[in-house]
Amino acid sequence: MKIIKTCLTAIISSVMIFSPMAYADKWSDQFPHIKATGDIPGECSYESMSKKNYKGKTLKINTHAVPVMGEPTALHAEQFAKLTGAKVDVTHTPAGDLYAKAMVPFQAGQAPYDIVFGFSNFINDWRRYLEPVPKKYVEMKQMQDVTPSHIGIASWDGVMYQFPVDGDRHYLKYRKDVIDNPKYQKKYKADTGKELRVPRTWKEYGEMAAYFNDWDWDGDGEKEYGSAEVMKKDDLMYAAFYSRSAAYSKNPKTPGGFFFDLKTMKPLINNPGFVEALTDWVEATKYVPPGGINFGLGDEIGSFGGGQTLFSFSWDDAFVAAMQPDSPINNKVGAAQLPGAMKVWNRESNSWDEGFNQAPFFVWGWAVGVAKKSKEKEMAFDYLCFFANEANHQADIGIGRFGVNPFRDADFQADVWTQIGWDKDIAQSYVDTLAEMEKSKNRVFPLRVPGTFEFNAALATAAAKALAGQLSPQAALDEAAKQWEDILNRVGKDNVRKAYAVGVAMEDNKL
Amino acid sequence: MNFKHKYVFLFPGLFVLIGILIFPIIFTIRLSLSGWNSYTPEMNFIGITNYIRLFTDDPRFWESFFRLSFLSVSTVILQYIIGFALALMVWREIKFKRFFRVIFLIPMMTTPVIMTVIWRTFFHESLGPVNDLLGHIGIGPILWLSDPVIAKFTVIIVEVWQWTPFMFLLLLAGLLSLPKEPFLAAAIDGASTFRKFVYVTFPLMAPISIGAIIIRLIEASKIMDTVFVLTSGGPGTATETSSFYIYIKGLREFQMGYAATLSFTYLVIMIISLTIIAKVLTKLMIKE
Repeated sequence: MKIIKTCLTAIISSVMIFSPMAYADKWSDQFPHIKATGDIPGECSYESMSKKNYKGKTLKINTHAVPVMGEPTALHAEQFAKLTGAKVDVTHTPAGDLYAKAMVPFQAGQAPYDIVFGFSNFINDWRRYLEPVPKKYVEMKQMQDVTPSHIGIASWDGVMYQFPVDGDRHYLKYRKDVIDNPKYQKKYKADTGKELRVPRTWKEYGEMAAYFNDWDWDGDGEKEYGSAEVMKKDDLMYAAFYSRSAAYSKNPKTPGGFFFDLKTMKPLINNPGFVEALTDWVEATKYVPPGGINFGLGDEIGSFGGGQTLFSFSWDDAFVAAMQPDSPINNKVGAAQLPGAMKVWNRESNSWDEGFNQAPFFVWGWAVGVAKKSKEKEMAFDYLCFFANEANHQADIGIGRFGVNPFRDADFQADVWTQIGWDKDIAQSYVDTLAEMEKSKNRVFPLRVPGTFEFNAALATAAAKALAGQLSPQAALDEAAKQWEDILNRVGKDNVRKAYAVGVAMEDNKL
Repeated sequence: MNFKHKYVFLFPGLFVLIGILIFPIIFTIRLSLSGWNSYTPEMNFIGITNYIRLFTDDPRFWESFFRLSFLSVSTVILQYIIGFALALMVWREIKFKRFFRVIFLIPMMTTPVIMTVIWRTFFHESLGPVNDLLGHIGIGPILWLSDPVIAKFTVIIVEVWQWTPFMFLLLLAGLLSLPKEPFLAAAIDGASTFRKFVYVTFPLMAPISIGAIIIRLIEASKIMDTVFVLTSGGPGTATETSSFYIYIKGLREFQMGYAATLSFTYLVIMIISLTIIAKVLTKLMIKE
């Protein structure tokens, strides 16, 4: 009897312990992408999707070019097609054209795509053409883990229009094997009289980047450079500029707007804070790799991720790429908050406030919605839900080139990253950096106002002219400010103010 | 006899003309008088506001236009010189004449966007083979795409490589159709090769040359794909051309009304300037 009891206990225990793995194996065998976790039960898991039947139906998606976001879109489309029997057509579009590719048919009352990918700051222009995310998806378990800030990003006036698939912010990435190297610390001190450390300010960043520029400091036989940055016009370079500007211009003592003065709607982008940041950035053209002034996001990821530069700052992708097992700098990188500044512009006193200031920039990233005129809304939302299911999400965030970054509470645990081979201290510094940004009370959020694309394009063009030496930083930003005034007049100050007030309230910690 | 029925036969052609030429132009003019953009997607009427903005407050368009003029004129001149030289080379009795004719045409037969991607890879300043090769002989790195001046010449190199074969083809066809008598007369008179070219070949080729130059100028003035792929108009706005600027305003910033204004103005300018250029070339190259 005892033997039977023992056997029964063993069998039951085995079933209890191993059933999730057996369940997981069933799907990970077919879909190796999720081999690390297997399928994770949920409303949009592989198991759940396999019960849907979309045979004979076609889902049309417009997404970004491969690899950033384009590759996971295509991969999950293929998986979704296998599971549900649907036909999924994926169109890849360069970043600069995502806005128009959706807007042209939107405005013509057509829906050539059921699903459109873009950036979250398009929400104000796009939301009237997007179907709100149905309640059943908003309330499902996988959505409960999304951080409140990312729920806010995907929503407008409390209605969710964009399905959360990505979470973005800019932070500093550096070569830990250089910055923490006692030999280089000693050499740097001897040559410059300064400490080699994770740069606290943009000035320190520039000094170190210039010092480690154009020589082979990692002994691989190739020259390395100071910094890789997104400097290419029309390729999200405006976000890089805002990141460099935040420390000089986001003064916690002067709430009421970073881009505009909310009261008067006067553009602030040509004040001395922004000019100082652009002056630094022009200086940075001297310590980027040859051709670095034309680096887009993909180049920046490849450059830092490939071990070509000491520093970089932008989204998580370059950092995750650097931490992949096949990277030449795997476990040799560190993450930290964006550098700060030793002064910040006070627009009320019209003078610099001396003292350390730091302001993280939450660059809300990839966003995706379902066209209101789509005839396949249910299938479209199922696809998005499947895209972001827990198994896919965990696999996606570990692949740098995918561009899928943390936006769930669970992502901010170091264990998630040590499981995919990251050193514990690097994983901890990474999640701490992200968590500190969430806690900061001096944050900058991107513009989400009508005509946001025009504002950012005008700024990017002006900044690009300064980087190319066509205009001085002050003249370039004066030109941008003048264009912002013109755009304001065209769009209507009150329209912009109303939308901008939402972002300002978030920046001023009132929401 | 009543020939009114003959007009019936004109209708198909007329409909096509209205559909593909007249209607788009009229629609563009109407759109240019509206403020259609991303936040007011409607054909409202704002009069000549967009035109006032263009002529009083948009130096970037005019800068891009003058840049385009420089790029198109310089590329077409180079294409004409190189194309003429190549055509003269294979016009004569040389070995492997047919082989060379095919080889010279290959660039034109390739897809411009794909070839520009390949050129961009060649000219990549830190990873491309051009700087790597130059580095072996102690030159560089040359900032092919990130120096505002050099980037213009990079665009010219790619354009000349891509479209010289077209010029070559037209000029070779012209050379093959020339009458033989003037050349025989020149040979009897003992004219040197140089004098034969200056006094016989070039004048006889003038009408064909003018046609080829004008066709290429029209095409070159629409330069877009090379700039889009190679430099995206950068660094800064150093290689931004009119068509690329119109594309940015219309399809990136979604200022449809204003982009229509730019397009229509550009069309008028091009019609006027190409007409003048054709007349000037005729006067210069064709002697009575």
